[in-house]
Amino acid sequence: MAVNPRGVELPGRSGKSGSGVFAPEGTIVTTLDAVVSWCRKNSLWPMPFATACCGIELMAVGSSRFDIARFGAEVMRFSPRQCDLMIVAGRVVMKMMPVLQRIWLQMPEPKYAISMGACASSGGIFDTYAVVQGVDRFIPIDVYIPGCPPRPEQILRAVMDLQSKVQHSGSAFGNQGLPELRRMEEQLVQIRSRASLPGVATERADESRFGYRLPGGESQVGRKEIL
Amino acid sequence: MPNATKTAPTLLRDLRGKLGEGVFSVSEHLDNLRLLVPAARAIELLTELRDGFGYHLTELGGIDYLGYPGRSAARPRFEVHYVLLNYETSTRLIVKTFANDPDPSVPSVVGLWKGAEWMEREVFDMYGIVFEGHPDLRRILMPDNFRSFPLRKDYPLRGRGERHNFERVTREDS
Repeated sequence: MAVNPRGVELPGRSGKSGSGVFAPEGTIVTTLDAVVSWCRKNSLWPMPFATACCGIELMAVGSSRFDIARFGAEVMRFSPRQCDLMIVAGRVVMKMMPVLQRIWLQMPEPKYAISMGACASSGGIFDTYAVVQGVDRFIPIDVYIPGCPPRPEQILRAVMDLQSKVQHSGSAFGNQGLPELRRMEEQLVQIRSRASLPGVATERADESRFGYRLPGGESQVGRKEIL
Repeated sequence: MPNATKTAPTLLRDLRGKLGEGVFSVSEHLDNLRLLVPAARAIELLTELRDGFGYHLTELGGIDYLGYPGRSAARPRFEVHYVLLNYETSTRLIVKTFANDPDPSVPSVVGLWKGAEWMEREVFDMYGIVFEGHPDLRRILMPDNFRSFPLRKDYPLRGRGERHNFERVTREDS
């Protein structure tokens, strides 16, 4: 086979035979976005926001038996400024929520969040006045992990899912999120900008079932939550 | 089960001798000896128990009796109990005092036992019982901007929506 002294001809667009552009042997052509996303997904630096027993499983993931280093995510940093992945592990109470939000806002872009375990995702068994019923109500979450607490393998699976998400949604200049997530965020913004009025939210409607009077009467809620 | 009056046989007699009759009433359950005292005379009784009988405070808590089965509505709604322990004789004694709506308050015992400070703050945080004379009566567990007293019986288990009242941070904002 004759070696072309100008190198390998790159394939043309839309199935044309050749682009007429030649590159040296051993060259891979790709987009900048793909390269940047590939770098990003293999060097996630987690911020362990461990408030409860899920944190113990998270420690197991970091140690040698499960070894999150295989996915390039072993650099746990305790300063949000150095992290791009927040792992919320455990229930978050209302006194902790402003702290969580502040830490989330302090993390540099692009950033991702994993909600680990039943409590972080939905409040779990802690359906009481002080426990936030799912951190996704107040910060954007990329991957949810079920379980109480989840197995370490589930956390590794979540990291792999997040990696695939980063590869498919990232761009060199920021994280715009997957299209369906963008739509969800837009809906959230719409709901938030809706006029609020005093009323009883749907999820509070059964609060009087044990004969308690409705708590403090009404509170400010959005129209949709009443209707 | 040992009878409480037998474990501290002379206590009640000596106490009545020092304070006079009618300051406290007595109730017993198993080996618990309980002295029930109105809030106005609680400090007097507790001071005597500390100085004259060597009792120390081990625990302090509150109770809300709203809707308690079998309890007359005329009785005060709140109780504050002090669990006292004598280290020498290993006898326990429970002192109960009362507070009622709309402004429940009892005197503070921080002057007697410094360790009561945080326990009284916790009772205030959960029940809204004001401890008069407390040096620093603030919330201790709940956030400072919390408005309710969550262990009161008329406070719903799931709260009044406080857990939902946070700003939402979306991906666009952050």
